[in-house]
Amino acid sequence: MSSSRHRDDAAPPPPLAGEGWEEGVSVRKTPQEERALSRIASVDAIRPPPQAGEVKAARAQPQRIEVQRPLHTLMLPLSLFAGLALANAPAHAFIAYVSNEKSNTVSVIDTDSWTVTKTIKVGQRPRGIDFTRDGKFVMVAVGDDDTIQVIDAKTQSVVDSLPSGPDPELFAQDAAGKILYVANENDNTVTVIDLEKRARLGDIQVGVEPEGMTISPDGKTLINTSETTNMAHFIDTSSRQIVANVLVDARPRFAEFKHDSSEVWVSSEIGGTVSIIDPNKHEVIGKVTFEIPGLRKEAIQPVGIGMTKDDKTAFIALGPANRIAVVDVATRKVLKYLLVGQRVWHMAFTPDEKYLLTTNGVSNDVSVIDVAAQKVIKTIQVGELPWGITIAP
Amino acid sequence: MIRWLVGLIGLGAAAASALAADPVMIGVGYLGVAGTRSTLSLVEQPAENDGIAGARLAIEDNNTTGKFLNQRFTLEERRIGEGEDVVQAATALAEKNGFIIADLPADALLKVSDALRDRGTLLFNAGAIDERLREADCRANVIHTAPTRAMLADALGQYLVWKQWKRWLLVVGSHEEDKLFADALRRTATRFGAKIVQERTFEDKGGARRTDSGVTLIQRQMPVFTQQAPAYDVLVVADESEVFGAYLPYRTWDPRPVAGSAGLVPRSWDAAQDQWGAIQMQNRFVKLNSRRMTALDMQAWTAVRMIGEATSRTNSGEVKKVADFIKGPDFSVAAFKGTRLTLRDWNLQLRQPILLVDGRMVVSVSPQEGFLHQVSELDTLGYDRPESKCKLK
Repeated sequence: MSSSRHRDDAAPPPPLAGEGWEEGVSVRKTPQEERALSRIASVDAIRPPPQAGEVKAARAQPQRIEVQRPLHTLMLPLSLFAGLALANAPAHAFIAYVSNEKSNTVSVIDTDSWTVTKTIKVGQRPRGIDFTRDGKFVMVAVGDDDTIQVIDAKTQSVVDSLPSGPDPELFAQDAAGKILYVANENDNTVTVIDLEKRARLGDIQVGVEPEGMTISPDGKTLINTSETTNMAHFIDTSSRQIVANVLVDARPRFAEFKHDSSEVWVSSEIGGTVSIIDPNKHEVIGKVTFEIPGLRKEAIQPVGIGMTKDDKTAFIALGPANRIAVVDVATRKVLKYLLVGQRVWHMAFTPDEKYLLTTNGVSNDVSVIDVAAQKVIKTIQVGELPWGITIAP
Repeated sequence: MIRWLVGLIGLGAAAASALAADPVMIGVGYLGVAGTRSTLSLVEQPAENDGIAGARLAIEDNNTTGKFLNQRFTLEERRIGEGEDVVQAATALAEKNGFIIADLPADALLKVSDALRDRGTLLFNAGAIDERLREADCRANVIHTAPTRAMLADALGQYLVWKQWKRWLLVVGSHEEDKLFADALRRTATRFGAKIVQERTFEDKGGARRTDSGVTLIQRQMPVFTQQAPAYDVLVVADESEVFGAYLPYRTWDPRPVAGSAGLVPRSWDAAQDQWGAIQMQNRFVKLNSRRMTALDMQAWTAVRMIGEATSRTNSGEVKKVADFIKGPDFSVAAFKGTRLTLRDWNLQLRQPILLVDGRMVVSVSPQEGFLHQVSELDTLGYDRPESKCKLK
């Protein structure tokens, strides 16, 4: 039985994930099939001869991953470089907390040494993560445990939990840090929590699969996006009533206000766009679209958004496109694409806005972007499937 | 009786909401065949509400969105019994419903589509996987959310080739649909460079699927049936009729994996699918229907969601307007498969990734990495535009 198998052992091993068609699957090279291939016109229709950009795309794929790796191997010189850069600036060490969706942990990163200093065990499926306004605690939504856990930033251990409602994913807090609004993906509601009393104040019915949450700078309007309803719901925080629903592209995941309150940016993961909404007129007034040469459109899936305090530059995570788009806010045009890790989800600025840290879900690392230079300067390994990130104020 | 009661309650609810502002009513019909088919495995036995259960969930999802847009969706079910006239039933259903989800055999579906052509009813084929409905027998008033045999076969074939399991022993049942699936598998082998080393036919000699003597005989039959085969990597079985396929895994003469109608099976959906946010929908489905979601449920869900997506984008319940939008270039729908789904405009087939499942887990999702296409990688599955014989009319 096994003798027939041995003959086959000379055949190349199955390709690894990420390897290209050329090396991995040698269909075209199989001699006995050449006749059949040439007979079927469709085969050429499926894999056309090299044409503007197309085949480049295929070859660029493994190459992109290659670009990643040198980052890791170059860690030493890079960290020297980063160290030098830091030495010139006033010493500002910040602490970043990263939720690792798969490993059920939170990684603590020191932004001085750019190393993980501690890994905290939390509940199941940690995703949304944010500091309390006073900087004393970190809240992390652990969806599969139906709660939000509270980490003491001093002891770096879980000290409490909040009555978040089922399957919490993302949440937003008011400016005073007293009220927390939580998106409950499983039952189409937003839960309102009194943070001091740790008590549930009520809930608001929204669309199917609520996800993105943000509050206007004046605290009067809460925005929630619902993934299957494809809307941004504008909620009056005093009456807790929906005042407007704005239809955006498919699977809206994240919402971010401009600091001057003039616009809300909403990312649509499946639609592949970012809708810009006038929060007073409740209308979509523009869209950011993305085009990366050689990358198929479906791979561009915008999720997290970060905006500089001067409202001039927005950074948009493009998921499996493995890139952060740098967008000029005024013209809504993409200035450049920064290659980060695989499946980039969310991001956070250091308080001095020198660095932007992104979570890369599939490559299990965090990329550090020099904001002024618009360059990726470092990659830090964290837990499995990093998702959310927050940095101490 | 119960249906009448539900109808009355529905009317009451409609009357109550009419007090606020007349909602736009959107009627969706569901046309299926009474009774369920028998499967070899008891756990695969379809529920009586297979299919329509998915439509029900989508109606709920649409209505959650609809309440923000003042649109209301209703679902009316009709099952054809033995000897009943399908055209009559369809015509009656079309009286109140501009959209009909059909789970019908190919011939019945064609009769219905021709009978309803002048009425403007839009049909969604959620059940039939026959190639000819998208090729020579395609119709301009039928949209297909069910994948085709060629799409399923290509999805499986891409994975087997990627895995370097290129020598196939093809075993085919003796019924018409088994032969059609075998045709699709042969086409796949030719396209992707696999080699069918031998073909065997398993004659259906009748008999019960379940007996008190159990597996004793099967355990003797299957090794004998598969012995003395030329060297092969994987046994590929075409047994849509559920006569013998599920008996093959672990019983082949040579220790080889089984794929096709048993073992590793290509499907549009599976109860184990939990990627890309699918867990939320799986949970909603179980909550509503007290069972897990099947491929047919998903095909019906997608059809009703396509209607919902188009009514919210066009802000209209008018069938013509909605149909034009769905068939237009701007349409796409999110269906928890990691990418937007669009229609092939030449035959109105929904492009979709296909899952490869083993009954417990999702093993892989096709198209596989490296199978490239100049328009959409999803078009590497099934017949492509240049090969199509469809002329929509």
